[in-house]
Amino acid sequence: MTQAPMTIDELKRLAGIIRCDIIEMICTAGAGHPGGSLSATDIVTALYFRVMRIDPKNPGWPDRDRFILSKGHACPVWYAALAERGYFDKAQLATLRKMNSILQGHPDMNKTPGVDMTVGSLGHGLSAGVGMALSARLKKKDYRVWVVVGDGESQEGSIWEAAMSAAKWKLDNLTAVLDRNHLQNDFCVDDEMPIEPVADKWRAFGWHVDAIDGNRMEQVVTALEAARARKGIPTLILAETVKGKGVSFMENVADWHGKAPCQTEADQALDEIRRCYCEI
Amino acid sequence: MKSKYRYVLPGLQALLASKDLFAKAPSEPTRYSYADALLELGEQNPDVVSLDADVSKSMKTAMFAARFPERSFNFGIAEQNMMAAAAGMATTGLIPFANTYAVFASMRALDMVRNSIHYPRLNVKIAASHSGITPGPDGVTHQAQEDLSIMRSIAGSTVIAPADPTSTKMAVHAAAAYDGPVYLSLTRDPVPVLYDQTFPFKIGKAVLLREGGDVAIFANRDLVVQALIAAELLAKRGIDVRVIDCHTLKPLDEGMVLKGARETGAIVTAENNIIYGGLGSAVAELLVEKYPIPMKRVGVGNTFAESGPYLEVIDKYGLTARHIIRAVSEVLKRKPAGKGTSPAKPIPKPKTNLKKSKVKPTVGKKR
Repeated sequence: MTQAPMTIDELKRLAGIIRCDIIEMICTAGAGHPGGSLSATDIVTALYFRVMRIDPKNPGWPDRDRFILSKGHACPVWYAALAERGYFDKAQLATLRKMNSILQGHPDMNKTPGVDMTVGSLGHGLSAGVGMALSARLKKKDYRVWVVVGDGESQEGSIWEAAMSAAKWKLDNLTAVLDRNHLQNDFCVDDEMPIEPVADKWRAFGWHVDAIDGNRMEQVVTALEAARARKGIPTLILAETVKGKGVSFMENVADWHGKAPCQTEADQALDEIRRCYCEI
Repeated sequence: MKSKYRYVLPGLQALLASKDLFAKAPSEPTRYSYADALLELGEQNPDVVSLDADVSKSMKTAMFAARFPERSFNFGIAEQNMMAAAAGMATTGLIPFANTYAVFASMRALDMVRNSIHYPRLNVKIAASHSGITPGPDGVTHQAQEDLSIMRSIAGSTVIAPADPTSTKMAVHAAAAYDGPVYLSLTRDPVPVLYDQTFPFKIGKAVLLREGGDVAIFANRDLVVQALIAAELLAKRGIDVRVIDCHTLKPLDEGMVLKGARETGAIVTAENNIIYGGLGSAVAELLVEKYPIPMKRVGVGNTFAESGPYLEVIDKYGLTARHIIRAVSEVLKRKPAGKGTSPAKPIPKPKTNLKKSKVKPTVGKKR
């Protein structure tokens, strides 16, 4: 079921390809969320190509690891990773947000092979992950549940309800990755509604916290693999990331949260990404 | 003479015209009937799990927790987390029953109920106690007078509001056997045991309880007994009333409604739910499109209720037999000649030992 683990360099290259997919998809769709897709790309790439126990030919495999992108608006990164991993034809990526597409504006588990949970309204995904992790324990299965949560999303109270419950049940089969890209739809997260000290908050809620640079593949892989081995406590990987990572004019600019690049912008973005990632 | 009643216990029939019905008839809050049935399900199906949000003692789902501790999960006072976690569990093949009060199930956690349960059509059963104004003493914050309207408006929802303990247990088993989300509306306060074990519970199939040709009353949950009382009192005045338990609000049993409309020519609906969007609305929507006839809705008006003993609260807010009788009277006056049978004589003013009081709306005041 698992393939030979990819090297860090291979993962970095792939993260570049997935970033290109993201730009092309959103440009073609004329709408979507590039900033948060690009910030989470290294995390999602590491999960799908190195860390998770999955079988793209059998997306419903009961023993598969589960992945939930709780910040569902960043689904271009999810769709690109699934396509690159072989869950469906890459040609489908061009149908994002179009009529009759398997790729909805926010993820629909009944339309997209490999999407384990329908998400989009923020503050749901971690709870769903708690349910899946509890189910694994009850059914005596050893699959793991991986959830990517946004930092803006952490303003939702339900995230903390879920955090509390994962600690109560000591869900060591559940790992959350906080994509700490510091921007949300309107403004900077910590201007709009500060979440700091966020590491202390998660620790206080009973989680092990592992702080990393979420755009450095070595650190991402190390943290994810450490989380897999950790017993008795859920893990929160606090991934410091850059919103729009890989595209100079998108990086750290809140406006690129939910805006599609025009063709000229897309061409420049693709050029930058290819130079940075794909020539490794 | 052949009885007009079907499935209604003879002992209950004998009490329908009695002022002491609620004191004398065996009764139980349907939240307890639900908990009994859930326990049975737990024995039968290892995939059934019970999720609580700090009301497991109130809903007696603590019995399930005691019997199956590994399959019981108390999320504390965090209904949103419970609902989305139930969705996550359902993706793995479990059959989660999420237990809470209706205000929280249908309002506080509605985003999760819509987006994480109904949109992906996950197999979660929502057990909502304190539905409608059945929690009399608890007051407005705990009276879910909108829950049925809200749940009915969600695409693909199945909404069941059983009338008595017997049919509630049947509904729980039917919900477990159904693949998809189900909302079970339960009462805080006791309702009389109405039915024998032959009651033919089937999701989406309304049940004819009393034959009658002058007017048909469609009722659900705790107002079914009020409809039966109204029918019995009206019979003494020569009005022949059909009573239907419309336990499944959605999908509505359109065939049964249209049959009642064609055969009686006048319809009254009775629900302990706000008048907007519930059973009355569902029936009215159907009739206005397919068979427009005189109709009257009995339900909560444009107001919040208040604390008080259950029977007094529902009487003040227009939900008891006398209000149904008044609605029947009004609808019969509007009924065109030749539809069904005509009233034998004018309806005398209903007598009641309960004080009448006028409800003053607390909302909708113009500024």
